[in-house]
Amino acid sequence: MLIIGAGLAGQRAALAAAQAGATVAIISKVHPVRSHSVAAAGGINAALNPEDSWESHAFDTVKGSDYLGDQDAIEVMCREAPDEILWLEHAGVTFHRNERGNLGTRAFGGASAARTYYVADITGHAILHVLYEQLMKHSTTVDRYEEWFTTDLLQDDNGRCVGAICRNLRDGHTEVFNAKATILASGGAGQAYKPTTNGLIVTGDGIAQALRIGAHLMDMEMIQYHPTTLVGNGLLITEGARGEGAQLFNANGERFMEKYAPNKLELASRDVVSRAEQTEINEGRGFPDGGIALDITKVPRRRTLEALREIVNIGRDFAGVDITREPIHIRPGQHYIMGGVKTDVDGQTTVANLYAAGEVACVSVHGGNRLGANSLLDTLIFGRRSGEHAAARALQMPMPSTPAARVSDTEREIAGIIGRDGNGRRVAALKDELGETMNQYCAVFRDAEGLAKAHEVVRRLKEEAPNAGIDDKGSVFNQDVIAAIELGYMLDVAEAIVIGAEERKESRGAQSRTDFPERNDEDWLKHINISLDGDGEPKVSYSPVTITRWQPEERKY
Amino acid sequence: MPEYTLRIRRFDPDSGQAAHWDEHTVEMAETQSVLDAILKIRNEVDGSIGIRCSCQQAICGSCGVRMNGKPGLACNTHLHEAALRGHGTGWNPPEAGQRTHLIDVEPMGNMPVIRDLIVDMDAVHWKKVQRVTPWLLAKEPVPEREYIVPHENMVDVTQTMACIQCGSCVSDCLAMEVDPLFIGPAALSKAYRFVGDPRDAQHFERLKDLAEDPHGIYDCTHCFNCIDACPKGVDPMSQIMRLRRKAGSDHDIEDRNNGYRHEHAFVNNIKRNGILHESDLLADSYGGKFNPNAGRELVSGLPTAMRGLARGKMTVKKLLLHEHKASGEIKRVFDTVEGRSERVELNLYVTGYEDEPEEASAEHREPPAETSVPQSESESENA
Repeated sequence: MLIIGAGLAGQRAALAAAQAGATVAIISKVHPVRSHSVAAAGGINAALNPEDSWESHAFDTVKGSDYLGDQDAIEVMCREAPDEILWLEHAGVTFHRNERGNLGTRAFGGASAARTYYVADITGHAILHVLYEQLMKHSTTVDRYEEWFTTDLLQDDNGRCVGAICRNLRDGHTEVFNAKATILASGGAGQAYKPTTNGLIVTGDGIAQALRIGAHLMDMEMIQYHPTTLVGNGLLITEGARGEGAQLFNANGERFMEKYAPNKLELASRDVVSRAEQTEINEGRGFPDGGIALDITKVPRRRTLEALREIVNIGRDFAGVDITREPIHIRPGQHYIMGGVKTDVDGQTTVANLYAAGEVACVSVHGGNRLGANSLLDTLIFGRRSGEHAAARALQMPMPSTPAARVSDTEREIAGIIGRDGNGRRVAALKDELGETMNQYCAVFRDAEGLAKAHEVVRRLKEEAPNAGIDDKGSVFNQDVIAAIELGYMLDVAEAIVIGAEERKESRGAQSRTDFPERNDEDWLKHINISLDGDGEPKVSYSPVTITRWQPEERKY
Repeated sequence: MPEYTLRIRRFDPDSGQAAHWDEHTVEMAETQSVLDAILKIRNEVDGSIGIRCSCQQAICGSCGVRMNGKPGLACNTHLHEAALRGHGTGWNPPEAGQRTHLIDVEPMGNMPVIRDLIVDMDAVHWKKVQRVTPWLLAKEPVPEREYIVPHENMVDVTQTMACIQCGSCVSDCLAMEVDPLFIGPAALSKAYRFVGDPRDAQHFERLKDLAEDPHGIYDCTHCFNCIDACPKGVDPMSQIMRLRRKAGSDHDIEDRNNGYRHEHAFVNNIKRNGILHESDLLADSYGGKFNPNAGRELVSGLPTAMRGLARGKMTVKKLLLHEHKASGEIKRVFDTVEGRSERVELNLYVTGYEDEPEEASAEHREPPAETSVPQSESESENA
């Protein structure tokens, strides 16, 4: 089995598959602990307390999704969450303890109970490093290929996925990874936006690779803007801050969330808080720098230093603010993509033998809006389930053969990029234009006119990208050529996002159309799927939303 | 906006050329980071500059480099701060009139360079991490639910858990420069993460292993470089010292490297003499003057003693008749420390800030399970 991506979903899939007896290779374009799961701060949700229930967790998730999430998948995730937390605890994650020495929780947005388990504000980091400890422990059963870049997924004549072609960044040589089952776990696409809270490596690789071999994407229009990102550079301030009691104020000193979400206030769903902030800013009640004040001084200083240490550092190093003494200016910023490669609850995509898990995938458990601390859970539950399911299948399959010619195709393509004459605009310039366009027209609020502009820019950039200049002609760690390939991935993903947003003529979750301000269950309580037609052009189709026990109702916080 | 000149160390094994410096000048705010500047240059001028980077917020640990001699993350080091370190003077601030806009950016030390600012962390850092059995050896039986662990223990190991494996401490480790086999600050911090974790079943075995290894915990020379280098407050050297205290004091491990006896000999020597009596120290470290091992060591230490004598750092009188005796003040220090019922472990990560009333933090530690409304809501209403 081949697993592409070594963040939480990929590593969890690898461990589960190896446990199930499969021969596993895990491949990642960066060292696994650099994966962007490392930046997840606030925590991971599970109804583990005896007073809590998975049904409550599931309902909060359904409501948070604005009823676009598939309820069968949400039930699976929330039922299995408590055991996953205990598995992590037993593997060594240093979860916060309460005074009695039991696992302790913190409050988080959109949740009706404090069910977020955490390690200070480095939860993703702590879990990722512990999973990597487990990979080191199981180094005889899981082969790690660190700093290998995947260029293409491979298909046999029947359209089944049979592995991938990858480039070793260290020396630039290309190799085929032949696999009975392939699990994509390569994360989201935040770099298609500027600014974003996502790292430079989050470039939508897996989403585009899957699309290109015929997989369906789903819910791509659902882009989460996190309510608290730094005004200057878009860095993330964890929702944990509000979970611990931090409050939001506009420039008039009003705690404006009282108006938008009188019950939940700052801990309403992220889409609700981000819209509230953006409305305040648009209506002139923001600060001159374009932000809103997040007042963390409401949290006792000692508690902040113990439990929110990372954002103390971020405030100091990246904004020059001591958050324990004064408010910090924030605004909504691109953070997460709810959509991705369409899968079932076992991670199977619409392409045979290709699985997807984590942010690259869309199960869909997040629907129109993901709750904070549900993403780590998503990666782990569906990472594990994909690993187990794929392993069980792989154990009963013969090894497929690979079209060998594909390696030389890839090598030719890369040589073509390296050999460009360099007369085109720079890759970085095209990427900046893409990011700024998406952030302007496909953000918290959207309308037909803006989306049409965004679409036009994306199409133009797609034409321009194949001529973008490259400086690096070398083979050892040629990051320049990788950036050119990643630009292509981001453009494919951005196009799908814009098409989805144009298509959905209603406001639901993160999709807030000023020209269609209401949710319209009659026409749009369905998923928008995007795939490529025979000419390689994107086409739209629909799939139903699975509703088990929670009928759509009005959403209020 | 001020101008900064970055001199970037370049090396591409493909080119067949030796390593060299590339110079680029950028105009950027002084609170922009060194990584911001490198990316600006890479995006606008030269796309071939190799550097690992991703998160730009000091959490992924990719962008460890040396800036004007000091290791750290390029992403959270301000241009101003990097330039102030002065050109080639390491830690020292610039002298009057010295140009302060020049920043040398080099790959980290103690690890082979692959390309430009990219070093081979697998060959050194990760190999050393693998050496310390870096996974939990969980206590049996594994409980049905979570292990019950004191709050303080989890906060304590969170300090070492906060390590982002960036390699900055490895880069600056002086002991590793002399002994490349030294397990080193990052990997030993990782080891403390398990030795300090009450869920781990093999504290003694781990400590014994690290104490008996001639390149283990007693190889550290207390130079503090790793503490200064660490961008995350992990304090690797403190973790190594805590491993020693646990090995020596809690588990009575007397290692074959004489690390444990040397440490005790040192402490007793100071207790007796107030300042160090070198010749006694060496003998005591090896079991006293009449121990055959000590004799061998004394003989092998002769050249060093002779050099000391020749250069006037040592006199025959001082060597043989140490006349200084510990003062009453020193005795009081020893009495206070040794009189404590429990060893005080100074964990600055947790206890370094003491201006918040204790009750407030205890009260706030656990949000109530039944509601998610922030606790401090009532405070704001009063205000």
